[in-house]
Amino acid sequence: MESGCCSCEKGREPTEQELLARLDEVLDDYAGKAGALIPVLQIAQGLFGYLPETALKRIAERLGKSYSEVAGVVGFYSFFTTVPRGRHLIRVCLGTACYVRGGKQVLDTFKSELKIDVGETTPDRLFTLEVARCFGACGLAPAIMIDEDVHHRVKPVKVRELLAPYRADAKAEVA
Amino acid sequence: MAKLTIDGIPIEVPDGTTVLEAARRAGRRIPTLCYLENVQAIGACRVCTVEVEGARTLVASCVTPVADGMKVRTNTRRVREARQLVVDLLLSDHAGDCQTCVRGDDCELQALARELGVRQVTYAGEKSRKYLDQSTPALVRDSSKCVLCRRCITVCNEVQGVAALWPQFRGFKCVMAPAFGHDLEEVVCVQCGQCGAVCPVGAIVERDQIDEVWAALDDPRKHVVVQTAPAIRAALGECFDMPPGTLVTGKMTAALRRLGFDAVFDTNFTADMTIMEEGTELLTRLKRALVDRQSVALPMFTSCSPGWIKFMEHYYPDMVDNLSTCKSPQQMFGALAKTYYAQKIGKRPEDLFVVSVMPCTAKKYEAQRPEMNGSGVRDVDVVLTTRELGRMIRQAGIDFAALPDEEMDAPLGLSSGAADIFANTGGVMEAALRTAWELVTGRPLPFDKLHVQPVMGLEGVKEAGITVTGAKPEWSFLEGVEMKVAVAHGLGNARRIIERVRAGEASYHFIEVMTCPGGCIGGGGQPRFTTDEVRRARIAAIYKEDEGKKLRKSHENPQVAQLYAEFLGAPLGEKSHHLLHTHYERRSRV
Repeated sequence: MESGCCSCEKGREPTEQELLARLDEVLDDYAGKAGALIPVLQIAQGLFGYLPETALKRIAERLGKSYSEVAGVVGFYSFFTTVPRGRHLIRVCLGTACYVRGGKQVLDTFKSELKIDVGETTPDRLFTLEVARCFGACGLAPAIMIDEDVHHRVKPVKVRELLAPYRADAKAEVA
Repeated sequence: MAKLTIDGIPIEVPDGTTVLEAARRAGRRIPTLCYLENVQAIGACRVCTVEVEGARTLVASCVTPVADGMKVRTNTRRVREARQLVVDLLLSDHAGDCQTCVRGDDCELQALARELGVRQVTYAGEKSRKYLDQSTPALVRDSSKCVLCRRCITVCNEVQGVAALWPQFRGFKCVMAPAFGHDLEEVVCVQCGQCGAVCPVGAIVERDQIDEVWAALDDPRKHVVVQTAPAIRAALGECFDMPPGTLVTGKMTAALRRLGFDAVFDTNFTADMTIMEEGTELLTRLKRALVDRQSVALPMFTSCSPGWIKFMEHYYPDMVDNLSTCKSPQQMFGALAKTYYAQKIGKRPEDLFVVSVMPCTAKKYEAQRPEMNGSGVRDVDVVLTTRELGRMIRQAGIDFAALPDEEMDAPLGLSSGAADIFANTGGVMEAALRTAWELVTGRPLPFDKLHVQPVMGLEGVKEAGITVTGAKPEWSFLEGVEMKVAVAHGLGNARRIIERVRAGEASYHFIEVMTCPGGCIGGGGQPRFTTDEVRRARIAAIYKEDEGKKLRKSHENPQVAQLYAEFLGAPLGEKSHHLLHTHYERRSRV
């Protein structure tokens, strides 16, 4: 998980209890404030890498919201996920501009290259594939994002090339 | 005030009035689907669309406030075609099994399609995924029938404050459901059925258990008895097109006999029992607090309404000791039918089959709670809603309106007027006060017709204070004490009272809570459609039934006295404790 936890020992993944304690600190700041739900969800997803049920229930309780409402917000925004993601998140834009300029073909290529469907994670947990709705890069369509990096005018033939550095890093780590 | 014309009719209405309300006052009926009087106006369905002169587009009349000089037209070609299109689109993603749908005869979508002249579904295409949730004993949800009007969401969140349901997911995948589209059983839901009561279609309905009752009636080894809740007699007639507030106690009894029940009894009988037990419990708690100076859970809350019980267990688990330990009248009846009555007729508890007719879906849940087996077997076997009984009577081909009036059977069929009013918000409180006051002072409650006016009516939270004077020697500790009581109906109102009590802003001795708005007469199992006007009519009918009885107080019911003499001993005695009282769970909030 990329989001390290400063209070934990180095080189060890923080436990769920430790992450929940961190979340509680965040909730101390936000409880009682209007419009707290979405920022808290974003921070929680940063902490856990996804939004587990325990975290969502804690958020609902501390913000005085119903679990169904919290779930409704999580389910509404494609940015949020309740399943653990891979180390790298690939988001292919299928907004109107990207779609008409071949976003769908790019997505299909990612699917066949990674052998997963949208919303799934590769068995080695290296990549998660998702569909996005517009990064605001319509002039450079079709666009995709890998983690925080936006790639423009992506062609299906470029897909393998785009994945290569991440795969190389993973291989180097194993070695 | 704003002056406007609606279809040329001049009308003056207060500022802030919506076009829909103004039109209704002008005598123009605008069709609606998602709109819910006093509860929801969100312009979601666009069926109430109208033309306003000068406006760029058609507007949803339920969310458009009037303006001075406005010219509204409700019946132009453009309006008619837009409404037809809206309904056509809704039908294109609707299950369409209308012949077999339980809501087939009172479906608002079907009625709209007819009214607007939508004679075919123009758009074929992908349909929403059908998801059937049969996880709870009380309710069945079918996503393929949902029109996304959000009435259930509003009622569950804003009226009941339970929030089991919320819109989940997005776009074509959007469903009105518990968190992440899970089953109701997996979340906090009190199974009150108010969602189903306002659903315009068959997307949320009660679990239909008619066949289980037919099977029992067909089984020669079973002695099948039926009990009917107080609220049924003021509403069942509506299933047969009688106006709301028609009292049908006698016809209902006749219909139940013709269905083949071996004995027709009354939940009213155990409502009287509840007053004996709960009244004694309250006075005992007060004595322990005031005389023995013990720490006792006060205020005491009524415990007749199973949705309310589950609400307390989830949201205020630290206050379950404040709930009366009395079982609800339904469960007291089951336990007594399978013991006291079974003994009288020489049967074993397992030979009896107890059917309840309730205005309530949560009663289905209550009957299957594991602790509800005081007789050694499950005390109440099947719970039917008022609507299910209506359907069963139709299935049997009984001409309800033509039935004679009949009397219920002895011994569990006799009751006082105090039991009748259990159906109304404020009724359990009034019934309790009629008995407690007389027990303490030896005199009848000093109010006109024995009614406690401040706790009657549809106000969400009601209070009353009565100072005890002339207490009998054994109750002298109550002399001069102002008995403070409160009444709430609808769980949102109940929450308001509890929060005030917890914050120390209010203090009471006794609080009545009924889960549904209006009390049981407005229950989630009652005939549709329950508006405030319907609630008032049913409430009035119940008070009429009460006032028409010679017996007006629970403690005067001779069958109750006989039951204590022959079988139970005294209120709160050991046998009562075992058969008529219960305990509660502490559950989690999410």
